[in-house]
Amino acid sequence: MKYLDEFRNPEIAERLFQDIRAITTRPWAIMEVCGGQTHSIIRNGIDQLLPPEIELIHGPGCPVCVTPLAIIDKALAIAARPGVVFCSFGDMLRVPGSGKDLFRVKSEGGDVRIVYSPLDAVKLAQTHPDREVVFFGIGFETTAPANGMAVYQADRLGLRNFSMLVSHVLVPPAISALMESPTNRVQAFLAAGHVCSVMGYWEYEPLVARYRVPIVVTGFEPLDVLEGVRRAVAQLEAGRAEMENAYPRAVRREGNAPAQKMLADVFEVTDRAWRGIGVIPQSGWRLADRYRAYDAEARFDVGDIRTQESPLCHSGEVLQGLLKPTQCPAFGKECTPRTPLGATMVSSEGACAAYYQYGRFIPADIPLARP
Amino acid sequence: MTSAIDFDTWACPAPLRSYPTIVMGHGGGGRLSSELVEHLFAPAFRNAALDTLGDAAVVPTDAGRLAYTTDSFVVRPLFFPGGNIGTLAVNGTVNDLAMMGAQPRFLTAGFILEEGLPLATLGLIVEAMAAAAGVAGVQIVAGDTKVVDRGHGDGVYINTSGIGVVPEGVSPAPNRAAPGDIVIVSGDLGVHGIAILSVREGLEFGAPLASDCAPLNGLVTAMLTVTPDIHVLRDLTRGGLATALNEIARASGVGIRYDERRLPVPTAVAAACDMLGMDPVYVANEGKLVALVPPSAADLVLEAMRWHPLGARAAIIGEVTEQHPGVVVARTAIGGSRVVDLQIGEQLPRIC
Repeated sequence: MKYLDEFRNPEIAERLFQDIRAITTRPWAIMEVCGGQTHSIIRNGIDQLLPPEIELIHGPGCPVCVTPLAIIDKALAIAARPGVVFCSFGDMLRVPGSGKDLFRVKSEGGDVRIVYSPLDAVKLAQTHPDREVVFFGIGFETTAPANGMAVYQADRLGLRNFSMLVSHVLVPPAISALMESPTNRVQAFLAAGHVCSVMGYWEYEPLVARYRVPIVVTGFEPLDVLEGVRRAVAQLEAGRAEMENAYPRAVRREGNAPAQKMLADVFEVTDRAWRGIGVIPQSGWRLADRYRAYDAEARFDVGDIRTQESPLCHSGEVLQGLLKPTQCPAFGKECTPRTPLGATMVSSEGACAAYYQYGRFIPADIPLARP
Repeated sequence: MTSAIDFDTWACPAPLRSYPTIVMGHGGGGRLSSELVEHLFAPAFRNAALDTLGDAAVVPTDAGRLAYTTDSFVVRPLFFPGGNIGTLAVNGTVNDLAMMGAQPRFLTAGFILEEGLPLATLGLIVEAMAAAAGVAGVQIVAGDTKVVDRGHGDGVYINTSGIGVVPEGVSPAPNRAAPGDIVIVSGDLGVHGIAILSVREGLEFGAPLASDCAPLNGLVTAMLTVTPDIHVLRDLTRGGLATALNEIARASGVGIRYDERRLPVPTAVAAACDMLGMDPVYVANEGKLVALVPPSAADLVLEAMRWHPLGARAAIIGEVTEQHPGVVVARTAIGGSRVVDLQIGEQLPRIC
């Protein structure tokens, strides 16, 4: 496949592994911010092939994992209402709220639909004027432009039966929170390539300066991830802390200006709770005042919801890189993808699910006898 | 955390605890489906023929061994590139019989029709079934029709059952995989699932793909001609290659390893999967099988498959090992390794 096979080439991967081994002289802890990168690392077995000195810490960049329990519970409450068509990205359906998930609400009669784009939900609202269509607008800066566009379009079309349950989160404040945590072990970051394709990387330059930490914008294919790791290790070994872009085919310093302009129109910055981590100041987006009519939280009275997180789940520590999924006492026992206690076990981008799916059993070597 | 809990001995006490109602995942062919079978149906109906959990039951009769199976078809949309619900209903049951090494002979067809279904639509489906039966060499010898109120069905649901004759000396079964066996797939993976997705409402992405829906009994006969000693045959329907290999590994108590680079995956399938965050090894097929054969017969079987039109892109992808029993491991494109587990329910497109 053109534009993909080039970035999965085993010979070039081997050369990059050799380069990384050659320059690594001591242990380094590097965090890949994005869940998509975690998925790629585990799915391709990259972590097993890196030198043992390099520890990859899985960051909080899985949108499904960090969406707070209270918002999930609000989603469940709204989706269960008669007359509502509740639209969501597919992998949110299995995230456990306090008692159930969206699949369960659907099986109990709720009209829950998987859509591939928030604009499909706008289309549904147009074709079903008698129904309240609600879109579950979650994610990082990556999904925000499409979600913002959906609200913008609904407003232009004057759709009164469309609203969005918004729980957007932002990467730079999370990096600040991690660096200022007294338990932080992260020495360099692989920034999330697709977030940066929207926002650029100028936002990260002050973080590099303030915390003296290397940040490398990194993509998602195996060679992208390896190149990101190689550059991060090179900086660490040389005692440098710089902003680098290892994903230039998708990312420019200034990012996508029209998208940013639309985001600034539709959203405004707010404090946001991150599931398993807590409230990070100024770390999220909510709908701006002039679009408040499209805010599902305001339209449906779901303000007072009591939440109950599993006491066994350590997903917060996993999301902060303090605990490997396999070090959690519940991992693979009472907590599996089939019976998840926390969101990190739910999404295919969640660190726990990635470990369970791909890394639970790693044989030393699997030579295949026949060519 | 409660200190009274001893994590070392903690185990999940109730397998069906998290969903007190049926959810869509129970029909997805993954872990939820298999739990429903293992914890509800199999214990309730327990008998020797059922307990092998093959694609079809093989039952002894005075006239020899018969393979017997049933399958229901609920598909949206009813018509898709490369076939319709009728072709699926015939080929699905024919293939389940063929996976026991049986020669399919007779099918029955039950129709659940929704009020308001155009007769012309039903006519097209039935014609397609007749044509598919002709290609597969089976007769549809009995049937039933029920009609449900408008809004209580998706137009047409079809159930088929089938009977086939198992030749002497032939007994492929999911629990017969042995260390050293070679794993062969019959061709391009994921075509049916992506063809269906590409025309599903709300997701039209115009993939140049037609379903691979086809009867596999001819291909199986060609394989059995070169060796009757094929250990396992499995058609790769719902849940795809990964689900079939997991079921075989568990049933036989062996490990299975394969090399991702050897998987025949068409570019259009790979591209669609990348876009949707899905994995081709979990995507449904309707005209593909996996065979586990002794190493001495592998080259002959592969050769026989490649001579057959439905096996032209057959490939050896891996082998059976006594290590990691019950677990399927893939060697990744860049030389790492990963566990390929059962999915929970249906594959869900990822958020970003």
